[in-house]
Order: sequence, then C-alpha cells, then structure tokens
Amino acid sequence: MKLHEIAHTRSGDKGDTANIGVIAWREQDYEILERELTADRVKAYFGDLVQGNVERFELPNLGALNFLLHGSLGGGGTVTLRVDAQGKTYGAALLNFELDA
Amino acid sequence: MIRIGNGQGFWGDWLEAPVRLVEQGPLDYLILDYLAEVTMSVLQKQKQTDPVRGYASDFPPLMARLAPQLKAKRIKVVANAGGVNPRACAEAVRKLAPELKVAVVTGDDLYDRLDDLLTRGYEMRDMDTAAPLSSIRNRIQSANAYIGAFPLAEALATGADVVIAGRSTDTALALAPMVYQFGWGPQDYNLLAAGTIAGHIVECGAQCTGGNSQCDWKSIPDMANIGYPIIEAKPDGTFVITKHEGTGGRVTVDTVKEQLLYELGDPKRYLTPDCTADFTSIRLAPDGENRVRVYGIQGSERPPTLKLSISFSDGWKSIGTLVYTAPDALAKAEAADRIVRQRLDGLGLHFEEIRTEFFGINACNGPVALLNSDPPEIQLRIGVRDPDRKAVDRFTRELIPLVLNGPPGATGFGEGRPPVREIVAYWSALLPREEITTSVEVFE
Repeated sequence: MKLHEIAHTRSGDKGDTANIGVIAWREQDYEILERELTADRVKAYFGDLVQGNVERFELPNLGALNFLLHGSLGGGGTVTLRVDAQGKTYGAALLNFELDA
Repeated sequence: MIRIGNGQGFWGDWLEAPVRLVEQGPLDYLILDYLAEVTMSVLQKQKQTDPVRGYASDFPPLMARLAPQLKAKRIKVVANAGGVNPRACAEAVRKLAPELKVAVVTGDDLYDRLDDLLTRGYEMRDMDTAAPLSSIRNRIQSANAYIGAFPLAEALATGADVVIAGRSTDTALALAPMVYQFGWGPQDYNLLAAGTIAGHIVECGAQCTGGNSQCDWKSIPDMANIGYPIIEAKPDGTFVITKHEGTGGRVTVDTVKEQLLYELGDPKRYLTPDCTADFTSIRLAPDGENRVRVYGIQGSERPPTLKLSISFSDGWKSIGTLVYTAPDALAKAEAADRIVRQRLDGLGLHFEEIRTEFFGINACNGPVALLNSDPPEIQLRIGVRDPDRKAVDRFTRELIPLVLNGPPGATGFGEGRPPVREIVAYWSALLPREEITTSVEVFE
C-alpha cells in the first residue's frame, strides 16, 4: 500500500532542513503511520537527498507525524542551487512510500 | 468575538487578497505578513542607497486604496510592513492616506548595535553551526530581533488605525489584536498559545483555505477567487478558522491540519517571543461549511531569549538553463553538462559548488523521482556558487555557446546569459530579551 492511500502531506523549509507533515486521512490509520513510517525508513527512502539525519515527531491529536530532514536543501535559503530550494515537493515525493500494511 | 483576516502570506502574495477581505464580508482586523528571512536584507540594501526606503513598498498604496473602507467599517490593520525602516513606511502611509492614524513599533533593529553587543560579550552563535557572529561581522547586511505580540498590542491601544512593525513574528500579527481586545496578560500561557497557533494557521494566507493543498485539490471550488483566512477569536482562547461567504477555496479540518504541519519543528515546543505553544494539544472539529473550530490548546512560559534574524553576504551564484527535446533528450542534456564542465575545467575555474539538475527527470526529487527513460523534453539546469564573482561571471558565458557547438537541438535560451546574483545567507542566533526594548510612536 502506498502512503497516499491513507495520508496527505505538506512540506516546507527552515534553513537547510526540510519538514514534511504527514497526516492520516482517517483517524484509525494513524497507528499504521506511527508503526511503519519511521525516521530511519524515511531517511533511507530519500537516499542522498538527505545529507543529515531525519527526526520524527508525533502529533496523535492530529493523526499526524512531522519529519525534519536535516541537510536536505543544498544549504537552504538563498545559498542553495536546487530548483526546489524549499523542499516544497518533498511531501508529494513521500506519497509513493510503500507501507507494509 | 473578533474577526481577524490575513491578506498577505509573504511580500509578493496576491495583491487583491487584502482588498477582498475588507470588501467581501465582516472584518475587525486586517493583518498582513510581508517579511521573510531574505526580505530583510533586500530592504536593508534599499535603505542604504535611499534613506526613505527599506519597507514593503506595496503597503502604503494598499492603505491608500483601502483607507475610506477601513474608516467606515472601523477595521484596524496590523502589518510587519516596516521592514528596516518602519518610520519611513508610516510617513509614506500618512502621505497617501492622511486620514489614517498610524502607530509604529520600533526596537527590533539591531544593525547599529551589533558591535556594542559583541563588545559586551554576546557571541550570537549561529543556531545551526554554532559559529560565532564575529566570523561574519564584516559581511552582515541586516540584524533584527523577532518581537512578539505585546508591543503590537500596545500600539493598537493608542487607537491607531494602522500598526506598522518591523521584524515582528508572523504569529504576533494575529495574536496582538486578541491580547489588546481581550486583555490577555504575559502569563496567560494557554490563551497566548491559542492565539499563536491561530496565527500559525493563517500566516501563509490561502495555504489553510485550499491553496497548495492535497485535499482533493481538483475539486476545490473557484481557486481563482480563493478566500483568504479569517480567525473568529473568542476571549476564552477558542477560535474558528473560516473565510468570507461566496469566496472560492475550502476550509476543512484537513486543510487546516496541512497548514498546522507547515514549517513545523518540535510540535511540543513551538517557541515565540510570547509563549511556548504545544501543537500536540490542538483539537479540531468541523463547525459547518468552510468552518473549523479549534480548541483545547495549551502553552507554557515564553523563552528567556529572543531569536535574531541576521543576513550576510555569502558569495555569488548563477544558474543557467537550456532545453533539449526527444529523441535522446536526456542523453543530449547529459552530454551538454559534460562539455560545460570540461570547458570550465579547461579555463581553470573551480567553484565552491557546481550542481546540475535535469528538470523533467529528477531535479526536484533526486533518487525518489519516478523514472522516465525517454522523456520528450528536458531542461538542463547548471548552477554554480563561489566567493569569487569573476569565476561565476565566466561560467555564465559557457552555456549558450552549446546552442551552436554542442548536442543537437538546444533551445530555451531566450533570456541570454544567466544573471549573477549575490547570495545573502541567513544567520539565526539568540539574545537575552532584556537587551531588546521596543517603543511605540504615533503618526497623526
């Protein structure tokens, strides 16, 4: 099952760190996200796009997870040479993540 | 209950949005968020070349356009349009709309105080790299402290029609009317956190009303006339997010959730000059069509420090593009990239960074991008950055020749040589809040 079947996302930046919010469409699917979408797996999924570590925070009240992808924006802000300077598309990219559920 | 509408998510957002918020339904406060981290340095440069510039220049004409309605409907405006020159911004507003009473909040600008602060032992280390500010002292272009809602509320208390701040936080713009109107105090942590989170939801304008949303975006009605967000705030800290009736877009629990997660760090510790807000306490409930009720929010003490937003010159960069088409679009673009790099090497040019992206293949998502072995069109995008402007300048000459002397069919070079831009980088640091004293000045 792909992530987009049970969740939607939004991503943005803080300096060289991108954040991706992942939100379960249905409350009951949050536990799948919590179990399957670990920080390590997200880091592995993005490969060398993420130079630093990936942190995960839980917001069960919103049925959501928040990921911080450190060192993922080529220096971030105005320094970066990337077309997606702010990681705006990273959320959509994560939607293809394969969940074991 | 008071209605607070945000008509600007950044400087460059839709010019019609604030006008429509004022014209298309009831409103008590119009807030406008103009400042991004990079904006401050641009404004600082403007001020250096012309002492009456350095603020969001869209703002005074907007106030002139809205003045009669603001007066008639008793709508107050709170904006961080002041940039690095809030007094000049106020004077420009007064000149175009003399009927408006304007209050200005100052004290956030530290540009002229940096040496004093450094001498007194504040290292202002970068929050990411821990390097001391002294290492970039001679390259600094702007330095401001983020200020919170209380100075803005003080400005509202003067009876001003328009409150202009410099580097206030985005969330303070929404919180200030609540602090002023409901009499919230610095220890009302839960209330301040609620107002802060309300501010976070609306600070990016239409991003909570159906803009940039994955919530069945194709079905979102009338995006061309998308309604910008309105907070219906109550004295008990609960609020409703909505938009004017008859406008486009959509407000649901899901569109609000998306914005809650936007640019979020640690959800339990959302730090502002006003409080620490806990995003894990937020409760959302549908409250009728295009209405979401928000409640249950908890907060705690504000941090003892204020965050500084400092910009500094950090070299030069240039990004050039060429377009190749099928057959073998990618192979042509890859060949062109190899040729450019070989020629740059031949010139003895080396850059701090050189980066190639194949737009249409994997420029945005790198290894995560879905593969397409033979795309019809590719944009080759090569960027370099370096402290040596001459090297970057020379790079800009190396792309267009490929139209005649490289792989076949290169196009999309209509803009000519790519421009060289100065990189203005961002530095964040902390300073004890006692060092910042704000004041309010009234222009009438």
